[in-house]
Amino acid sequence: MKRFGARVAHAGFVLWAVATLTFLLFRLMPGDPTLNFLSDSFSEEMRADLLQSFGLDKPLPEQYLIYLGSLLRGDLGVSFLQKRPVLDILLAALPNTAALTVTALVIAYAFGIVAGAFLAFARGTVTEGIAIPAALITRAAPEFWLGMLLLSWLSFAWGIFPSGGANVAGSEFTSEWARLTSVDFLWHLVLPALTLALYLQGLPLLLMRATMLEVLNDEFIVMARMKGLSRWAIVMRHAARNALLPVATAFALGLGSSFGGNVVIETVFSWPGLGRVLVSAVQGADYPLAQGAFIMIAAVLVLMNMVADLLYAWLDPRVSVGARR
Amino acid sequence: MPGASAVARRPVLPGFVRATLGFLRRQPFAVAGLAIYLLFIVTAIFADQIATHDPREILFRGAYRVARYLPPSTTHYLGTTAGGRDVFSQLVHGSRSALQVGVTAAFFVVVIGTLLGLLSGYLGGWVDRVIMRIADIILGLPFLPFVLVISALTRPGTTTLVASVALMLWPNTARVIRSQVLSLRERGWVEAARVTGCSTWRIIFVHIAPQVAPLAALYGSIAVGWAILTEASASFLGFGDPAAISWGLMLQDAFANQALSRGVWSWFVPPGLCIVALVLAGFLVSRGSEKLLFPKLGD
Repeated sequence: MKRFGARVAHAGFVLWAVATLTFLLFRLMPGDPTLNFLSDSFSEEMRADLLQSFGLDKPLPEQYLIYLGSLLRGDLGVSFLQKRPVLDILLAALPNTAALTVTALVIAYAFGIVAGAFLAFARGTVTEGIAIPAALITRAAPEFWLGMLLLSWLSFAWGIFPSGGANVAGSEFTSEWARLTSVDFLWHLVLPALTLALYLQGLPLLLMRATMLEVLNDEFIVMARMKGLSRWAIVMRHAARNALLPVATAFALGLGSSFGGNVVIETVFSWPGLGRVLVSAVQGADYPLAQGAFIMIAAVLVLMNMVADLLYAWLDPRVSVGARR
Repeated sequence: MPGASAVARRPVLPGFVRATLGFLRRQPFAVAGLAIYLLFIVTAIFADQIATHDPREILFRGAYRVARYLPPSTTHYLGTTAGGRDVFSQLVHGSRSALQVGVTAAFFVVVIGTLLGLLSGYLGGWVDRVIMRIADIILGLPFLPFVLVISALTRPGTTTLVASVALMLWPNTARVIRSQVLSLRERGWVEAARVTGCSTWRIIFVHIAPQVAPLAALYGSIAVGWAILTEASASFLGFGDPAAISWGLMLQDAFANQALSRGVWSWFVPPGLCIVALVLAGFLVSRGSEKLLFPKLGD
């Protein structure tokens, strides 16, 4: 419990530091940030009005306190270009990013775990000689390029899947849940999720294989073998369980980093998620929106890093034994 | 007593050299990785001789007709772009910026990561706490979004990219080096150096640093790949140096000019393959050297 508290406090510290860094980044960069972010067509009065409405005319320490206060209240300001609260825009994009990330991660890890465990038994075979470099190649390929290949092949050349977006334009749904479970949405989800899964599966595959090889040399496996247990029972009940530890942690870490890493995939497939909001906000100099999107992506990352640590301590009691005493 | 440092250093070099030679024979993956590196280095050096055209030149066919979307031929090995430029020549020149970005970023990652890891691990105390806290904060920043925001707030370009990649990647190296140093500093020969009155700096940089150098090199070869992938992603999203010729920009150009719907495979497939090959080379080398560094893993 003490460890739990300490880890949460640590996550809180990192979140505060990231928020502060973001504040400084957006305000202390060389050049006047307001000039960067307000378009040239603004008159001097409009600019002064805007500065005032965003609190940019106040001294920096005061701005900082106001900023932290609004962050805690969940108020991320109003978008320059869309004239809507930033939080609303982000919350509208969040389900799309979550659906894409979770689907891709589940596919990638289900495949990676099974294939990795299988490869641990295929040591020194031709299969291994082909599978390992293949896994490395998918890790080395830029995600957006994988997306471009799938897009040109399955969408443009064969016309099986739509080339972008999350829903057919103009479609209406009774609720957000109805939209996310509609056939139309899932059909649009296939290509981006497949691309992301293709990129992500290498890590669980290699990790599962490596830990599996390590576990198979452990004494309790030798013991199980001496007891005359079947190979299947040894693999599933004894080895895989222990080998899954680092993979479970990697899953949580992957969830955190994919939320931000989706930026390129969302751009290739015009997927209306958080990453795309960030890119277009940065390109359009929409400074409150860019800041809000960045903080939200960072918050998910920090939270998932914390979950990964806690998960590891919970799954593997050896890690936390010392702390509990 | 100078004997202590001599004793400490003697087993390092010959053993390392012998192991390297042996590993080149036993590690076909690593050799393949080095061969790919070599191929791209040669291409980058002789880019002007290898390229068939000026990669920036807008080509014409006949009078005033820009040579757009030409299919691969003997004059244009990989055809031409929407802007009438030669794809093959851009590809060849792209190796320069890829290597430049990869190697400089990796250099800074290794130097900063090793230095801070050494200080953190050996000195401990508040130095350790401060460095590791900063590392924690950086690991809490989303990688690509941070690079994009930095590029947008400063001048987008290669220098910004390299700096932000180095800034984001050093914590991984520093953490690993630190844990290595924590075990190294308890070893007998470091103890001996300390007892004989070696200064702290001498112990860190003469006695411990050479021991962690191979580990740092391993993280460097992975950083090369990360930097190249990041440069490609940032360029693809429009945050690269628009004047440069890079594989990422080629892909962005192809994507923005309907190369996908037109099915111009010869334009958008080769740059991606080059990125894969160069990043893969780093992985192969690091996998090979991993076995050299941690022989137990190989069993």
